[in-house]
Amino acid sequence: MKVGIIRFPGSNCDRDVFHALELAGAEPDFIWWSKRDLSDFEAIVIPGGFSYGDYLRAGAIAAITPVIEGIKDCVNEGKPVLGICNGAQILAEVGLVPGVFTENENAKFICEWTELKVENINTPFTSMYKKNEIIKMPIAHAEGRYYTENIKELRDNDQIVLSFESENPNGSIEAITGVCDKEGLVCAVMPHPERASETVLGSDDGLKFFKGIVKY
Amino acid sequence: MKYDAEIKISLKKGMLNPEAATIQRALALLDYNIENAATVDLIKFSIDGSDQEQVKKEVDEMCQRLLCNPVIHDYSIKISPKEE
Repeated sequence: MKVGIIRFPGSNCDRDVFHALELAGAEPDFIWWSKRDLSDFEAIVIPGGFSYGDYLRAGAIAAITPVIEGIKDCVNEGKPVLGICNGAQILAEVGLVPGVFTENENAKFICEWTELKVENINTPFTSMYKKNEIIKMPIAHAEGRYYTENIKELRDNDQIVLSFESENPNGSIEAITGVCDKEGLVCAVMPHPERASETVLGSDDGLKFFKGIVKY
Repeated sequence: MKYDAEIKISLKKGMLNPEAATIQRALALLDYNIENAATVDLIKFSIDGSDQEQVKKEVDEMCQRLLCNPVIHDYSIKISPKEE
Protein backbone atom coordinates (compact mmCIF):
# COMPACT_ATOMS: atom_id res chain seq x y z
CA MET A 1 0.00 0.00 0.00
CA LYS A 2 1.43 3.36 -1.07
CA VAL A 3 1.29 5.83 1.80
CA GLY A 4 2.36 9.45 1.30
CA ILE A 5 4.17 11.32 4.05
CA ILE A 6 3.77 15.09 3.68
CA ARG A 7 6.86 17.22 4.22
CA PHE A 8 6.83 20.93 5.01
CA PRO A 9 9.81 23.12 5.87
CA GLY A 10 10.16 22.29 9.57
CA SER A 11 8.66 18.79 9.52
CA ASN A 12 10.89 16.58 11.65
CA CYS A 13 9.08 13.31 12.37
CA ASP A 14 8.86 12.40 8.69
CA ARG A 15 11.63 9.77 8.71
CA ASP A 16 10.33 8.20 11.92
CA VAL A 17 6.90 7.84 10.33
CA PHE A 18 8.57 6.37 7.20
CA HIS A 19 10.26 3.72 9.38
CA ALA A 20 7.06 2.92 11.29
CA LEU A 21 5.08 2.57 8.05
CA GLU A 22 7.72 0.19 6.68
CA LEU A 23 7.51 -1.86 9.88
CA ALA A 24 3.75 -2.04 9.36
CA GLY A 25 4.25 -3.36 5.81
CA ALA A 26 3.33 -0.20 3.91
CA GLU A 27 5.22 1.33 1.01
CA PRO A 28 5.87 4.90 2.18
CA ASP A 29 7.08 7.82 0.11
CA PHE A 30 7.72 11.48 0.89
CA ILE A 31 5.61 14.26 -0.61
CA TRP A 32 6.78 17.90 -0.73
CA TRP A 33 4.23 20.57 0.28
CA SER A 34 4.01 22.04 -3.24
CA LYS A 35 2.61 18.85 -4.80
CA ARG A 36 -1.06 19.23 -5.65
CA ASP A 37 -1.85 15.83 -7.19
CA LEU A 38 -1.81 12.97 -4.65
CA SER A 39 -3.70 10.46 -6.78
CA ASP A 40 -0.75 8.00 -6.64
CA PHE A 41 -1.30 7.42 -2.93
CA GLU A 42 -3.81 5.27 -1.07
CA ALA A 43 -3.36 6.93 2.31
CA ILE A 44 -1.69 10.05 3.72
CA VAL A 45 0.19 10.78 6.95
CA ILE A 46 1.06 14.34 8.01
CA PRO A 47 3.95 13.94 10.46
CA GLY A 48 4.95 16.09 13.40
CA GLY A 49 7.48 18.88 13.63
CA PHE A 50 7.33 22.64 13.46
CA SER A 51 6.10 23.49 9.98
CA TYR A 52 6.93 27.09 9.06
CA GLY A 53 8.41 27.59 12.52
CA ASP A 54 4.94 27.47 14.10
CA TYR A 55 4.62 31.11 12.96
CA LEU A 56 1.20 32.70 13.39
CA ARG A 57 -0.23 29.53 15.02
CA ALA A 58 1.03 25.95 14.88
CA GLY A 59 -0.12 24.54 11.54
CA ALA A 60 -1.72 27.75 10.24
CA ILE A 61 0.65 28.33 7.33
CA ALA A 62 0.92 24.67 6.30
CA ALA A 63 -2.90 24.68 6.19
CA ILE A 64 -2.97 26.92 3.10
CA THR A 65 -0.36 25.09 0.96
CA PRO A 66 -1.18 23.31 -2.34
CA VAL A 67 -0.70 19.82 -0.87
CA ILE A 68 -3.69 20.47 1.43
CA GLU A 69 -5.93 20.75 -1.64
CA GLY A 70 -4.59 17.34 -2.69
CA ILE A 71 -5.37 15.99 0.77
CA LYS A 72 -8.94 17.30 0.50
CA ASP A 73 -9.26 15.33 -2.75
CA CYS A 74 -8.00 12.21 -0.93
CA VAL A 75 -10.63 12.73 1.78
CA ASN A 76 -13.36 13.06 -0.85
CA GLU A 77 -12.14 9.81 -2.41
CA GLY A 78 -12.38 8.02 0.95
CA LYS A 79 -8.65 7.61 1.53
CA PRO A 80 -7.51 7.62 5.17
CA VAL A 81 -5.58 10.68 6.39
CA LEU A 82 -3.69 10.71 9.68
CA GLY A 83 -2.17 13.83 11.27
CA ILE A 84 0.30 13.37 14.10
CA CYS A 85 1.22 16.24 16.46
CA ASN A 86 1.94 19.17 14.10
CA GLY A 87 0.01 17.14 11.52
CA ALA A 88 -2.95 17.13 13.90
CA GLN A 89 -2.66 20.89 14.39
CA ILE A 90 -2.62 21.33 10.60
CA LEU A 91 -5.75 19.19 10.09
CA ALA A 92 -7.56 21.22 12.77
CA GLU A 93 -6.46 24.50 11.13
CA VAL A 94 -7.73 23.26 7.76
CA GLY A 95 -11.01 22.32 9.41
CA LEU A 96 -10.87 18.66 8.34
CA VAL A 97 -11.31 17.78 12.02
CA PRO A 98 -13.28 19.93 14.48
CA GLY A 99 -11.78 22.17 17.17
CA VAL A 100 -8.26 23.44 17.70
CA PHE A 101 -5.01 22.38 19.41
CA THR A 102 -3.72 25.44 21.22
CA GLU A 103 -1.20 26.48 23.86
CA ASN A 104 -0.75 24.04 26.77
CA GLU A 105 -2.40 25.06 30.02
CA ASN A 106 0.97 25.35 31.80
CA ALA A 107 2.54 27.28 28.88
CA LYS A 108 5.34 24.69 28.65
CA PHE A 109 6.61 22.27 26.03
CA ILE A 110 5.68 18.85 27.42
CA CYS A 111 7.67 15.80 26.33
CA GLU A 112 6.68 12.63 28.18
CA TRP A 113 5.10 9.20 27.94
CA THR A 114 1.36 9.20 28.46
CA GLU A 115 -1.33 6.64 29.11
CA LEU A 116 -4.13 6.90 26.60
CA LYS A 117 -7.56 5.42 26.16
CA VAL A 118 -8.64 4.36 22.66
CA GLU A 119 -12.20 5.70 22.63
CA ASN A 120 -13.16 5.02 19.04
CA ILE A 121 -12.10 1.89 17.15
CA ASN A 122 -14.16 2.66 14.05
CA THR A 123 -11.31 4.45 12.25
CA PRO A 124 -8.73 2.75 10.01
CA PHE A 125 -6.02 3.82 12.46
CA THR A 126 -7.62 2.39 15.59
CA SER A 127 -9.40 -0.64 14.14
CA MET A 128 -6.80 -3.04 15.57
CA TYR A 129 -7.27 -1.87 19.17
CA LYS A 130 -9.96 -2.95 21.61
CA LYS A 131 -12.56 -0.37 22.61
CA ASN A 132 -11.31 1.55 25.67
CA GLU A 133 -7.92 -0.19 25.49
CA ILE A 134 -5.24 1.65 27.48
CA ILE A 135 -2.06 2.23 25.46
CA LYS A 136 1.24 4.02 26.03
CA MET A 137 2.56 6.66 23.59
CA PRO A 138 4.67 9.80 24.06
CA ILE A 139 3.58 13.39 23.55
CA ALA A 140 5.95 16.24 22.63
CA HIS A 141 4.24 19.57 22.12
CA ALA A 142 3.69 23.10 23.38
CA GLU A 143 0.39 23.61 21.58
CA GLY A 144 -1.62 20.48 22.21
CA ARG A 145 -4.46 21.59 24.45
CA TYR A 146 -7.57 20.49 22.61
CA TYR A 147 -10.50 22.89 22.63
CA THR A 148 -13.87 22.85 20.94
CA GLU A 149 -17.10 24.72 21.45
CA ASN A 150 -19.08 21.66 20.36
CA ILE A 151 -18.11 18.95 22.79
CA LYS A 152 -21.58 17.39 22.80
CA GLU A 153 -21.64 17.06 19.02
CA LEU A 154 -18.20 15.48 19.17
CA ARG A 155 -19.43 12.88 21.68
CA ASP A 156 -22.70 12.25 19.84
CA ASN A 157 -20.87 11.64 16.57
CA ASP A 158 -18.23 9.40 18.17
CA GLN A 159 -15.44 11.72 16.99
CA ILE A 160 -13.23 11.34 20.06
CA VAL A 161 -10.46 8.89 19.19
CA LEU A 162 -7.94 9.20 22.03
CA SER A 163 -8.04 10.70 25.49
CA PHE A 164 -5.48 10.98 28.26
CA GLU A 165 -6.11 8.29 30.85
CA SER A 166 -4.32 8.86 34.16
CA GLU A 167 -3.60 12.59 33.90
CA ASN A 168 -4.41 15.47 31.57
CA PRO A 169 -0.96 17.02 31.03
CA ASN A 170 -1.90 19.88 28.68
CA GLY A 171 -5.34 20.83 30.00
CA SER A 172 -7.34 19.55 27.02
CA ILE A 173 -11.10 19.73 27.27
CA GLU A 174 -12.32 16.39 28.66
CA ALA A 175 -8.69 15.19 28.32
CA ILE A 176 -9.22 14.70 24.57
CA THR A 177 -6.03 14.29 22.52
CA GLY A 178 -7.24 12.64 19.33
CA VAL A 179 -10.29 13.43 17.19
CA CYS A 180 -11.62 12.43 13.79
CA ASP A 181 -14.08 13.68 11.18
CA LYS A 182 -17.63 12.33 11.11
CA GLU A 183 -16.64 9.47 8.79
CA GLY A 184 -13.61 8.49 10.89
CA LEU A 185 -11.28 8.66 7.87
CA VAL A 186 -9.45 11.84 8.88
CA CYS A 187 -7.81 11.47 12.24
CA ALA A 188 -5.74 14.00 14.24
CA VAL A 189 -3.75 12.80 17.26
CA MET A 190 -1.29 14.72 19.42
CA PRO A 191 0.58 11.64 20.77
CA HIS A 192 3.24 10.08 18.54
CA PRO A 193 2.40 6.50 17.47
CA GLU A 194 5.62 6.37 15.41
CA ARG A 195 7.67 6.96 18.56
CA ALA A 196 5.98 3.95 20.10
CA SER A 197 6.32 1.53 17.20
CA GLU A 198 9.09 -0.78 18.48
CA THR A 199 9.64 -2.25 21.95
CA VAL A 200 13.21 -0.87 21.90
CA LEU A 201 11.64 2.61 21.99
CA GLY A 202 9.78 1.77 25.18
CA SER A 203 6.51 0.64 23.64
CA ASP A 204 5.14 -0.71 20.38
CA ASP A 205 1.57 0.26 21.22
CA GLY A 206 1.52 2.80 18.39
CA LEU A 207 2.42 0.40 15.56
CA LYS A 208 -1.23 -0.66 15.18
CA PHE A 209 -2.03 2.86 13.95
CA PHE A 210 0.08 2.12 10.86
CA LYS A 211 -0.90 -1.54 10.58
CA GLY A 212 -4.50 -0.36 10.63
CA ILE A 213 -3.84 1.83 7.60
CA VAL A 214 -2.36 -1.12 5.69
CA LYS A 215 -5.24 -3.37 6.70
CA TYR A 216 -7.82 -0.79 5.61
CA MET B 1 -3.84 54.85 -2.79
CA LYS B 2 -1.82 53.33 0.03
CA TYR B 3 -3.27 52.44 3.42
CA ASP B 4 -1.86 51.25 6.73
CA ALA B 5 -3.59 48.21 8.13
CA GLU B 6 -3.47 47.15 11.74
CA ILE B 7 -5.04 43.90 12.93
CA LYS B 8 -5.42 43.17 16.60
CA ILE B 9 -6.00 39.48 17.37
CA SER B 10 -7.12 38.47 20.84
CA LEU B 11 -8.42 35.31 22.44
CA LYS B 12 -12.19 35.11 22.80
CA LYS B 13 -13.57 36.05 26.19
CA GLY B 14 -13.24 33.19 28.64
CA MET B 15 -10.46 31.43 26.70
CA LEU B 16 -7.51 30.42 28.82
CA ASN B 17 -4.41 32.54 28.06
CA PRO B 18 -1.38 30.69 29.51
CA GLU B 19 1.07 33.35 28.31
CA ALA B 20 -0.80 36.16 30.04
CA ALA B 21 -1.19 34.08 33.20
CA THR B 22 2.58 33.49 33.23
CA ILE B 23 3.27 37.21 32.76
CA GLN B 24 0.91 38.03 35.61
CA ARG B 25 2.69 35.58 37.91
CA ALA B 26 6.08 36.97 36.86
CA LEU B 27 5.00 40.52 37.63
CA ALA B 28 3.83 39.32 41.04
CA LEU B 29 7.40 38.11 41.66
CA LEU B 30 8.44 41.77 41.25
CA ASP B 31 5.67 42.77 43.67
CA TYR B 32 3.40 44.21 40.99
CA ASN B 33 -0.01 42.86 41.77
CA ILE B 34 -2.12 43.15 38.65
CA GLU B 35 -5.30 41.50 37.45
CA ASN B 36 -6.84 40.39 34.17
CA ALA B 37 -3.58 40.18 32.20
CA ALA B 38 -4.15 39.55 28.50
CA THR B 39 -1.94 39.41 25.43
CA VAL B 40 -2.87 40.34 21.87
CA ASP B 41 -1.14 39.80 18.56
CA LEU B 42 -0.71 42.88 16.41
CA ILE B 43 -0.12 42.48 12.69
CA LYS B 44 0.73 45.57 10.63
CA PHE B 45 1.29 46.13 6.95
CA SER B 46 0.62 48.62 4.16
CA ILE B 47 -1.65 47.83 1.27
CA ASP B 48 -2.85 49.39 -1.98
CA GLY B 49 -6.55 49.92 -2.51
CA SER B 50 -9.16 52.10 -4.15
CA ASP B 51 -10.89 53.14 -0.92
CA GLN B 52 -10.87 52.43 2.79
CA GLU B 53 -14.00 50.22 2.77
CA GLN B 54 -12.63 47.97 0.03
CA VAL B 55 -9.30 47.61 1.85
CA LYS B 56 -11.07 46.73 5.08
CA LYS B 57 -13.09 44.06 3.31
CA GLU B 58 -9.93 42.54 1.86
CA VAL B 59 -8.15 42.56 5.24
CA ASP B 60 -11.20 40.99 6.87
CA GLU B 61 -10.96 38.19 4.31
CA MET B 62 -7.26 37.71 5.24
CA CYS B 63 -8.29 37.35 8.88
CA GLN B 64 -10.83 34.70 8.09
CA ARG B 65 -8.64 32.75 5.68
CA LEU B 66 -5.32 32.79 7.53
CA LEU B 67 -4.58 35.32 10.25
CA CYS B 68 -7.16 34.21 12.83
CA ASN B 69 -8.68 30.96 13.96
CA PRO B 70 -12.41 31.58 14.38
CA VAL B 71 -12.66 28.86 17.05
CA ILE B 72 -10.60 30.83 19.57
CA HIS B 73 -9.98 34.36 18.25
CA ASP B 74 -11.67 37.73 18.06
CA TYR B 75 -10.09 40.42 15.89
CA SER B 76 -10.39 44.08 15.08
CA ILE B 77 -9.12 45.92 12.01
CA LYS B 78 -7.93 49.49 11.72
CA ILE B 79 -7.34 50.99 8.26
CA SER B 80 -5.90 54.47 7.83
CA PRO B 81 -4.37 56.42 4.93
CA LYS B 82 -0.65 55.68 4.83
CA GLU B 83 1.53 58.15 6.62
CA GLU B 84 4.57 59.00 4.54
